[in-house]
Amino acid sequence: MYVVEHDTAPEVTQELAAFLERRREQIAHRWADAALFRAVFTVSRDEAVEGSKAVVDALAEVARAGRLEDIDAPGFDPVRDQLGRMALARTQAGYNPPQIAREVAGLRAPVTALLRAEFEDSADEIMHACLLELTVLMGTLRLVVMDTTINSGEELIARQRQQLMEVATPVIELWDGVVAVPLIGTLDSSRSQIVMESLLEAIVERRARYAILDITGVPTVDSLVAQHLMKTVAAARLMGAECIVSGIRPAIAQTIVHLGIDLGSILTRAGLSDALAYALAQQGIAVSTRPGAGAGPR
Amino acid sequence: MTDHSALHPEPVPVLALGDILLVTLRGDLYDGVAEQLQHDITHRIANSAVPVNGVVIDLSGVEIVDSFLGRILAEIAASASLLATRTVLAGMRPAVAITLVELGLTLPGLVTALDVDRALALLGSAFTTTRPEAGA
Repeated sequence: MYVVEHDTAPEVTQELAAFLERRREQIAHRWADAALFRAVFTVSRDEAVEGSKAVVDALAEVARAGRLEDIDAPGFDPVRDQLGRMALARTQAGYNPPQIAREVAGLRAPVTALLRAEFEDSADEIMHACLLELTVLMGTLRLVVMDTTINSGEELIARQRQQLMEVATPVIELWDGVVAVPLIGTLDSSRSQIVMESLLEAIVERRARYAILDITGVPTVDSLVAQHLMKTVAAARLMGAECIVSGIRPAIAQTIVHLGIDLGSILTRAGLSDALAYALAQQGIAVSTRPGAGAGPR
Repeated sequence: MTDHSALHPEPVPVLALGDILLVTLRGDLYDGVAEQLQHDITHRIANSAVPVNGVVIDLSGVEIVDSFLGRILAEIAASASLLATRTVLAGMRPAVAITLVELGLTLPGLVTALDVDRALALLGSAFTTTRPEAGA
């Protein structure tokens, strides 16, 4: 018969399963005080004990099936959701995945102590074999917890990315025929594509002659960002609108010059108000202060 | 009966609107038609009884654009310019503008307008509801 080397005798695994089932209550009571369980089962300690029992049962089930190293073992299925919530609660409490992994690892010590006490009278080999199996099993539990943590993290990131895309690109009509996009955050390819599309749509919709791209909220401008800006400006021009890039901070102006980026073909202004003033002046609109109205806008 | 429209496509009409020539492009522009159009426009400019003030090319019916069309537009504008006539591209759709920019065809030197009405105003035509721009 073909036997994998690390596979210990099936009897030992069954022994471990039997041990877990026998000591279910004791293990559950010891685990219930761990922060990992308390974070989710906040109502009462009994609830935490019940939650712990479910996990012990799952471990026993996995051991019975002899799938100690299999994170996809069906035995884990009943508690996957619960483990996910536990990991999420710890994440929300500010713990990172390695810290959570350490907490899961901490669950092993009480069980090991019980196992040692139980097998005190047995031969050393049996105890050691059982301990080894238990270690493997607890390692698998840790992987299952990590797996659920990562999955929930990925879902969160995907959702937030979507929200960011929706929120980040409003097109504002500043004046009749003048639209503006205040850009905030880093401009990457997918975002600049969305900015370009929504700006062009707005130009058609509002029948705008002037489009202002305000980059006050863009932390850094490198050659790639500059290229995105130039593309957007060129596309707006093809639509018959003049594009003005505003909000160029002194530091960014210097960076652009140092990088040797030629923005000569683009109309630029220091601030959004300067850009608006330019657009109004080009349309022959003058903004004046009423005499005696006090300190008005320039 | 076979369909000859693909082999002998209709030429693109060039309309005279006062001192403006108006060309409305729709969909695909075949090689022969594009050449014919270029020929028509330049001849109309050169032989017109009234001096032609400008050419307006309406692109609002064009949904797909390629580098060929980009080149044709630039050529028409360049040849019109040699005859001292301005060319204005009008009504380009957002998707078309994005495609042209992605192709690297930013059409520098070509004057653009949001629609035909704005283009006519830009050229100082009387046939427009838009008042001319003060700064223009």
